[in-house]
Amino acid sequence: MHFALTLLLLAAALALSWRYLGSYLEAVYSGRVRWLSWAERVVYRLLGVDPGREQRWREYAVSLVVFSGVSLIVTYGLLRLQGQLPLNPQHLRAASPLLSWNTAVSFVTNTNWQNYAGETTMSYLSQMAALTVQQFTSAAVGMAVAIALVRGLSRAGASTIGNFWVDTVRGCLYVLLPIAFVAGAVYVAQGAVQTLAGPVLIHDVLNGATQLIPRGPVGFMESIKQLGTNGGGFFNANGADPLENPTQLTNLLSVVLLLSIPVALTYTFGKMVGSRRQGLALLAAMGLIFAVWTGFTGYAESQPNPAVAAAGVVAQPQGNMEGKEVRFGVLDSTLYDVASTQTSTGSVDSTPDSYTPMGGFGLLTGMMLGEITPGGDGSGLYTLLLFAIVAVFIGGLMVGRTPEYLGKKIQSREVKLASLGVLVMPVAVLVITGIATALPAGRAGAFNSGPHGFTEILYALTSQGNNNGSAFAGLNGNSTFYNLAGGIDMLVGRFGIMFPVLALAGALASKQTVPVSRGTFRTDNATFVVLLLGVILIVGGLTFFPALSLGPLLEQLSHGRFF
Amino acid sequence: MITQLRSAVVLALGALLLFGLAYPLAGTGVSQLLFPQQANGSLTKNGSTLVGQPWNGPQWFHGRPDPDNPLRLDGVPGASGGSNLGPRSRQLVAGVRAEAAHLRRMGAQPTADLVTSSGSGIDPDITPQDALAQVPMVSRSTGIPESRLRRLIRTLTVGPELGFLGPSYVDVLQLNSALARLR
Repeated sequence: MHFALTLLLLAAALALSWRYLGSYLEAVYSGRVRWLSWAERVVYRLLGVDPGREQRWREYAVSLVVFSGVSLIVTYGLLRLQGQLPLNPQHLRAASPLLSWNTAVSFVTNTNWQNYAGETTMSYLSQMAALTVQQFTSAAVGMAVAIALVRGLSRAGASTIGNFWVDTVRGCLYVLLPIAFVAGAVYVAQGAVQTLAGPVLIHDVLNGATQLIPRGPVGFMESIKQLGTNGGGFFNANGADPLENPTQLTNLLSVVLLLSIPVALTYTFGKMVGSRRQGLALLAAMGLIFAVWTGFTGYAESQPNPAVAAAGVVAQPQGNMEGKEVRFGVLDSTLYDVASTQTSTGSVDSTPDSYTPMGGFGLLTGMMLGEITPGGDGSGLYTLLLFAIVAVFIGGLMVGRTPEYLGKKIQSREVKLASLGVLVMPVAVLVITGIATALPAGRAGAFNSGPHGFTEILYALTSQGNNNGSAFAGLNGNSTFYNLAGGIDMLVGRFGIMFPVLALAGALASKQTVPVSRGTFRTDNATFVVLLLGVILIVGGLTFFPALSLGPLLEQLSHGRFF
Repeated sequence: MITQLRSAVVLALGALLLFGLAYPLAGTGVSQLLFPQQANGSLTKNGSTLVGQPWNGPQWFHGRPDPDNPLRLDGVPGASGGSNLGPRSRQLVAGVRAEAAHLRRMGAQPTADLVTSSGSGIDPDITPQDALAQVPMVSRSTGIPESRLRRLIRTLTVGPELGFLGPSYVDVLQLNSALARLR
């Protein structure tokens, strides 16, 4: 009953975000929002960019790659030099070259996979200037690519799809910065730490315990971590750590923040293509999968933990509390983890590794669907649009008519690009998982034995290939193999999809719009939503079922066996 | 290409200054001004109410059997995090049994929260039921009447926030600090 009210409040908050943040985003990217135009002007002058000049898709992609490359180098450099740089009260030494590579790739690609424990590895300067910065810019880059694709769909006979620099700057300044700042203050008011003073030593005279309490600039990183669908927390325990996510209120705020932009972008999309119903159809597909997965995973976690039950010493009225925090309980914990796996955020407020087999299955498959329900900031929308194009293509084959989407003829080039974008992730994930399980170096990372150990490996590479960053955290990823392979996985998962998307944007922008006729296959009704869901579930199911059967499914079926 | 490179370098460095320094520093300033208690770690003289502690013996209420990591004393706190033991882990079965036996030896009734570890490894809270299960043990060892202890638990129970968000819980450090004052 209580939880139903929580869901209702979440739905209300997201509805507001969909309507108002969605329309604000449209205004931002079309240049009608100007309250920071003085700052924008300064930025463009420094960048040497003419904000009025738009780019063709190739130039847009080149700008994106060059910017991401420079960001990668700067982030890597800061991590390597942190020992010599200020704001390092714990006197931490440089992160190793391989760890720095993996972490830099991870934050630049909006993944936020962490092969390190923040409080014991990263100086305050690294957390701020290397990692928090990327939490802003990588999210803005994702949104920019989504907007570029939507421009391609909404324009006719155009050669350009917008200006990468302008889109990225606007996303940062008008959207991410103000919301993150206000939300950051809420986190701190609730109890998240935010200080530059180092850890504090406290002796408790009651029990004789002495503790070193880690601190740092946490609260304001927490807000952009969620809003930017990044997920990389300050502390190792991420959103489970009370110094980072102190109360039930911050827990729900986190869920709202990480869903808000991906959900709002469907409204933005509808407004830009001139039909809100088109956006609603996409939102319906996202929402249905999200609701089913939340219900499924919540139910699975409300069941007893098999190992605790096998010990035979306690009842488990709440369900599986291993790896969960008392202040969140089972259902709110599950909601958070489901939302963060399905938005490519990857933050956790409970330990996925200790979820029941079917609970872990829910989190893992949420990522395997390609991060589109609703997916990351921008990446969710553009990946879902790839699925929509595949869906209209299949619909067109069924009725024997050239498929169209939003008045654009979908021809050979578009279908090839969309299929490429859809298939890049499963190929990267499965090939690298295969290599990892074949090599001793890959198998050595697993912490649990039996099928759960395989799930740890599969989960890690699925998470990185989808730029999620959630972890079955038992896996020891800070090894030569996982730092290297994970970095490649993340780069392919990010740019292997972004390039086809931008090429598609260019191809679509240059096309003329065909008028709607009675034979047009409609893409704003329930039939289309069902077709789209079918494509998403069949692609995801067919590609990943064999791997899943060796992991969580086998574990679920091994009744009475312990490893 | 060269102009693109220039734009990229300037944007990366500008973002570093704005989001990497100005943003967190302004946030720290606002936090220290408006919420100094929270921003500095919710510290009391006996520890942070947000970080669980190890409690030994039947005279105290026990929290979850976490490592309560930040105990390392070499200048760097330990890392937070859960046990990461899977749902079919033999080690978890054995751990739960050992924890339950330990609680029974001290005279407390084991509950699910009291034999499983948390996600953070520093969970500061237990549910009121977890606390009530320890009342006979604490009462026997301290001489404080059970009714007095139950009243204490009731007054310190917080949540659900807004009346419906999540479960109710008790902060173990606050509970034990109040207990110490009763003696």
